[in-house]
Amino acid sequence: MDIKVLGGCCGNCDTVMKMVADKAADLGVTVSLEKVTDMGAILGYGVMSTPGVVIDGKVVHAGGIPKTAQVEAWLKG
Amino acid sequence: MEVFTWFADWLVYGLLGLAPATPLSGALQFFVEDVGKIFFLLIVVVFVIGFFRSMLAPERVRKMLGGRNRWFSFPAAVGLGAVTPFCSCSSVPLFIGFLEAGIPLGVTMAFLITSPMINEIAVFLLISTLGLEFTLIYVVTGLVVGLVGGLVIDRLRLEHWVEDYVWKIRMGETVLPEGPHGLRDRLSYALEQVREIVGRLWLYILIGVGVGAGLHGFVPAEQLMRYAGPDNPFAVPMSVLIGIPLYSNATGMIPVVEALLAKGLPVGTVLALMMSVVALSLPEIMMLKKVLKWPLLVVFIAVLAVSITIVGYLFNALF
Repeated sequence: MDIKVLGGCCGNCDTVMKMVADKAADLGVTVSLEKVTDMGAILGYGVMSTPGVVIDGKVVHAGGIPKTAQVEAWLKG
Repeated sequence: MEVFTWFADWLVYGLLGLAPATPLSGALQFFVEDVGKIFFLLIVVVFVIGFFRSMLAPERVRKMLGGRNRWFSFPAAVGLGAVTPFCSCSSVPLFIGFLEAGIPLGVTMAFLITSPMINEIAVFLLISTLGLEFTLIYVVTGLVVGLVGGLVIDRLRLEHWVEDYVWKIRMGETVLPEGPHGLRDRLSYALEQVREIVGRLWLYILIGVGVGAGLHGFVPAEQLMRYAGPDNPFAVPMSVLIGIPLYSNATGMIPVVEALLAKGLPVGTVLALMMSVVALSLPEIMMLKKVLKWPLLVVFIAVLAVSITIVGYLFNALF
């Protein structure tokens, strides 16, 4: 599963990175996790409010820290 | 809100047994009362608004403002700027996204100016701490400053001073996931908002209350009045200058403003300080430097500083 976290400067983005990594380890899902900070790339996904989450090329979340239950659903989905 | 005064009195004068009306006990009483009051109000307000917020995501605002004429987009930009909260980290993607949607530079700037200055949290807190009159003055002048700042930048035609790469970015079309639905979802979203916003603001508030308490207890009113009172014609531009390197958000500034007004400083001078601290700050300037060339950044700062100064003088003359 290819997961990208979109975000610029706030610590929020790192929080999301950690959430996803921890949850994936818990569930035993192999993911390739990447942080995208390039503005052109972030906006290319149609996201203006960070952090955003992209899974396999599809934006699933934008504008805040997702809930743990959401992260779990993405990883299981 | 008397319960917080009562509690602070009880704690400082009763439990700790400090003598009233000394600098230390005065400052401590102010600190305890304001920490209680502001955090209580903040949690309540953020929860209630989080519950009712109809997801004013920037992506949606962008759609609303794109392709409209200026008669609509200028007032709409300042209005939306006032009701949409976003952290200063988002100013860069927001700025690029707006321009990419064909929203004029001046309108984008108007949005960026108003957004940090006015937000629903600050408004509720201002009403309950400083009263309806000061709040109305603050909100109306904040909107006017945003509008005027945006219009001036629009008139000057400064698009060539936006970094070139900004114009090359193409924004993707995405259907964003829907916001919260149903009671349970909304409640947990509201709680999440409380956690996130209080987590982001608590330090600014503690520092603000600390500064306010220090002013309240240790700075003599006469001294403050001598430097920043009505007799000093340069008090307003001075406050604006002092405010630029300082950074806090509107919520954190409330206790400082409270203490300064209680010392008898003129409303305009205090207003100028608050607006300058909140809207003109080094972190915001550094952030905007990523998308603006120096000349435009200087114009942005100058336009804001001048309009805030005018507001300050105006209110000192009126009240």
